[in-house]
Amino acid sequence: MASFAISSSFINQEDVGFRCFTPKCCKRISKRIVSVMAPQQSQRTPSTTGSVKTGMTMTEKILARASEKSQLRPGENVWVDVDILMTHDVCGPSSFDVFKKEFGQNAKVWDREKIVIIPDHYIFTKDERANRNVDILRDYCTEQDIKYFYDIKDLGNFKANPDYKGVCHVALAQEGHCRPGEVLLGTDSHTCTAGAFGQFATGIGITDAGFVLGTGKLLLKVPPTLRFVMDGEMPDYLLAKDLILQIIGEISVSGATYKSMEFVGSTVESLSMEERMTLCNMVIEAGGKNGVIPADATTYKYLEDKTSLPYEPLYSDEQARFLSEYRFDISKLEPLVAKPHSPDNRALARECKDVKIDRVYIGSCTGGKTEDFIAAAKVFLASGKKVKVPTFLVPATQKVWIDVYSLPVPGSGGKTCSQIFEEAGCDTPASPNCGACLGGPKDTYARMNEAQVCVSTTNRNFHGRMGHKDGQIYLASPYTAAASALTGYVADPREFLQ
Amino acid sequence: MAAATFSSLHHKISVSNSINKAFHPQSSPNLIKLPSKTPRPSSFNSISPKPTLSPLSTRPRAAADDVAAPATAFHGVCYVVGDNIDTDQIIPAEYLTLVPSNPEEYKKLGSFALIGLPAAEYPTRFMTGGEFTSKYSILIAGDNFGCGSSREHAPVALGAAGVKAVVAESYARIFFRNSVSTGEVYPLESEKRLCEECKTGDVITIELGDSLLINHTSGKEYKLKPVGDVGPVIEAGGIFAYARKAGMIPSRAV
Repeated sequence: MASFAISSSFINQEDVGFRCFTPKCCKRISKRIVSVMAPQQSQRTPSTTGSVKTGMTMTEKILARASEKSQLRPGENVWVDVDILMTHDVCGPSSFDVFKKEFGQNAKVWDREKIVIIPDHYIFTKDERANRNVDILRDYCTEQDIKYFYDIKDLGNFKANPDYKGVCHVALAQEGHCRPGEVLLGTDSHTCTAGAFGQFATGIGITDAGFVLGTGKLLLKVPPTLRFVMDGEMPDYLLAKDLILQIIGEISVSGATYKSMEFVGSTVESLSMEERMTLCNMVIEAGGKNGVIPADATTYKYLEDKTSLPYEPLYSDEQARFLSEYRFDISKLEPLVAKPHSPDNRALARECKDVKIDRVYIGSCTGGKTEDFIAAAKVFLASGKKVKVPTFLVPATQKVWIDVYSLPVPGSGGKTCSQIFEEAGCDTPASPNCGACLGGPKDTYARMNEAQVCVSTTNRNFHGRMGHKDGQIYLASPYTAAASALTGYVADPREFLQ
Repeated sequence: MAAATFSSLHHKISVSNSINKAFHPQSSPNLIKLPSKTPRPSSFNSISPKPTLSPLSTRPRAAADDVAAPATAFHGVCYVVGDNIDTDQIIPAEYLTLVPSNPEEYKKLGSFALIGLPAAEYPTRFMTGGEFTSKYSILIAGDNFGCGSSREHAPVALGAAGVKAVVAESYARIFFRNSVSTGEVYPLESEKRLCEECKTGDVITIELGDSLLINHTSGKEYKLKPVGDVGPVIEAGGIFAYARKAGMIPSRAV
């Protein structure tokens, strides 16, 4: 076996393995990664590696490391060490209740620094139970001395709450809690979003969370991996939302049940972190257990100013076995929607241009990030006209809200998103939270309280999802949503972007 | 571009399987400490699939941790739903302010079970207004039952409403997992598409030991799939009971 200069004392001398970087990237990464670093000496062909018994996928490797096993196969059940547990106002109170009931009233959480509590679902409402749930969280966080509790007290003015962030999955990324190679569990199905950082991230329930709170471990079944290879230059009218709608439409809402979805290819590599988050966010809509995108320079750059904790990325082996592989030539794709009432009810946006709509919603962990708003603003800018239907804008987090009001939109001569939105006649960007993506209490801003047709950048369009049982929701990218707002019908963004 | 260099290289290089974590795993006082080098007790790791269903230890939520008499059969009237019944239909989001660990609110959740089912497709409602429990104690479903959100309120609402078992063609992962972890409903899988064989109102018996579903109304019998890897967890009564049995966490202090 070849031997390499091992620069880190954390790595066992017996371990053979290295990640190959060009020297330039070595310099940038060595600040953050505790890993074996060596200049590339010679290409290692698979036959010389010797020690690899069976190639593993990225997901298998992450779970293997987290369960202290050298080898794992799909289907195995293992106890996994958890790096981060996230919960929010809907599930947090019960998770802590379960924890106390099962571990004792005086029990302490397994690690006060590995638990991130993010109120985000039902915040700006007069619903007493919803408000009470945030209070319950605060009590527990105080009692357990939880390090990361993004609290909110003044519901009338989100800006008056310095700790408050907003939508949990976006906050996790922005606050540096997502790191390559780690295991992140959250009491929310869209926890899979964090897979964009090359980590194992999945949603769990209250009881499981209560268990993790006490032990820092969970019993997980190793999923097999579906590989999605996306190549080709991303057309300037497509966004990651179109890519994932394409995939879900291809494999159906149960196509990835109990499976991991790995996204690779030149197109994926060209995506920003926020776009990668959008891709992984809707893995759950295909039934997927988790999604992963290999960490690379884009990932490291994003994390540079956000986390100081060391991390160690893992990558699928050359010999890893995938259940299936799907290949896409992205340059041939067109803007898509998911028609009511299923995320896999895929259709071309241009084929739905006769569908009259009543409103547009731009927000949520899926489509309420900074880049999503910049994308929407680009369409409004290109058009120069006003929207024809009420257009609701809900930035995911405080940071996104600030970006919407401060970042200049390319090609606008220095205008901010907020200015462009105002000129287009959109609603004023609202307080950051999950908002109407899932309906919520009846007084939730932009909740669908009548049977209407909505184009939305959110993630689900099942019956009643945004509030009204007979509402019709078309899931779309921010480009498509903005284009639809301008025409008053479901619209292909190429009407404005080309 | 650096990113392109990464990906083209890392596919060619295989990374060692045995890279240890760079930092020490936290050991919580809530865990029974196991030396990291010794193999774990076999009851821990080897979760062998069971060919037949074992009796279920039902663990009513918010009750003491005493094992109730294990169920060997379920008997009742069934309610039939189709494919892709998502969690928004099982328990719409507006009811998620109810906290399942609060006994009063647990009960209330039950009253909203399956209220999200569209009226046009389901004219016979699962619950009639004002009730806290349904007359239907067995749910029969198609594919991908429980898809959507991770909300544990979904199996909880069904359990609170009196559903003892769900027999679906297939499940969404998180719903299935939550059912097992909580012990709220017994998640069974059918071999055939029972949502087309059974009708709402049929009288059903499920014999767990024989993996059999008997429809007394139609006179037909159907084989159910073995429970598989989660058998021991369901049998123990949920994730906590299982972990206690496996010696991983201490028994509850009395």
